[in-house]
Amino acid sequence: MVPTSYYLILSAILFTIGVIGVLVRRNVLIIFMSVEMMLNAVNLTFVALSRQFLSLNGQIFVLMAMVVAAAEVAVGLAIVMTVVRHKDTTNIEDVNLLKG
Amino acid sequence: MFLFVIFALIAIVAALGVILSRKPVYSALFLLVNFGTLAAMYIMLQAQFLAMVQVIVYAGAIVVLFLFVVMLIGGGQFGPGDTVTRGQGGTANSLAPSPVAASKRRRVLVTRTTAIVLALLLLAGVGYGLISGQLYPVQGSEATFGAGSVEAIASVLYTDYLLPFELASVLLLVGMIGAVVLASNE
Repeated sequence: MVPTSYYLILSAILFTIGVIGVLVRRNVLIIFMSVEMMLNAVNLTFVALSRQFLSLNGQIFVLMAMVVAAAEVAVGLAIVMTVVRHKDTTNIEDVNLLKG
Repeated sequence: MFLFVIFALIAIVAALGVILSRKPVYSALFLLVNFGTLAAMYIMLQAQFLAMVQVIVYAGAIVVLFLFVVMLIGGGQFGPGDTVTRGQGGTANSLAPSPVAASKRRRVLVTRTTAIVLALLLLAGVGYGLISGQLYPVQGSEATFGAGSVEAIASVLYTDYLLPFELASVLLLVGMIGAVVLASNE
């Protein structure tokens, strides 16, 4: 029997690795992948606590989160492709038109 | 327990591979492995329907979408700390004027320090979580908690959560229209 806290710790580790990926990397695609990893870590937390409290609410929420993530990836990748084609760079620091 | 340790180690190694790879294609493949191990963990957590949805939606659609985009726009080829664009060579940063390069280095230092501080905070939290009490699920409940199967999720999804279900379908429709509009070049 695996304690629920082990799943929560693993989820925290994956979430922090995703945050570090967003902060450190400059390639816009890898930043996007790190965001998806963060969403997955949160889903793991929800499912682990759903088993802990014997309630299906956590799993339904994970289903909705997956739907939102899928829609977000579709629209976000369309935006990324348009920006990269326009500026001919995948470096996130070159997208600085709004910079003061 | 042994299965959990195996899958957890693979998931962490794959996550580190995502953020440390030189090429975005390798990152996408490491992400695929990460999603696969998470699906296995959902099965261990008695969430079989979610495990299959994870494989179909995340591993089967989102990672494939990432690979499409990486192949279409060619990705970059640099590792962490890269500061050159994809159209230039490796000497662009060394030829930059000095004040610009200095401010860029300071920015890189600030974000790296933030990342390291967050990682240390996580390690402190994880250590505390490991040495303090643990949260065990209710004993003898694994057999009765057959929930997570398709019937159980359906019995809840179409009665209590009908409105979020319909709103999710509307959200997918809006996302689809938005993606088509954004990606069309007029």
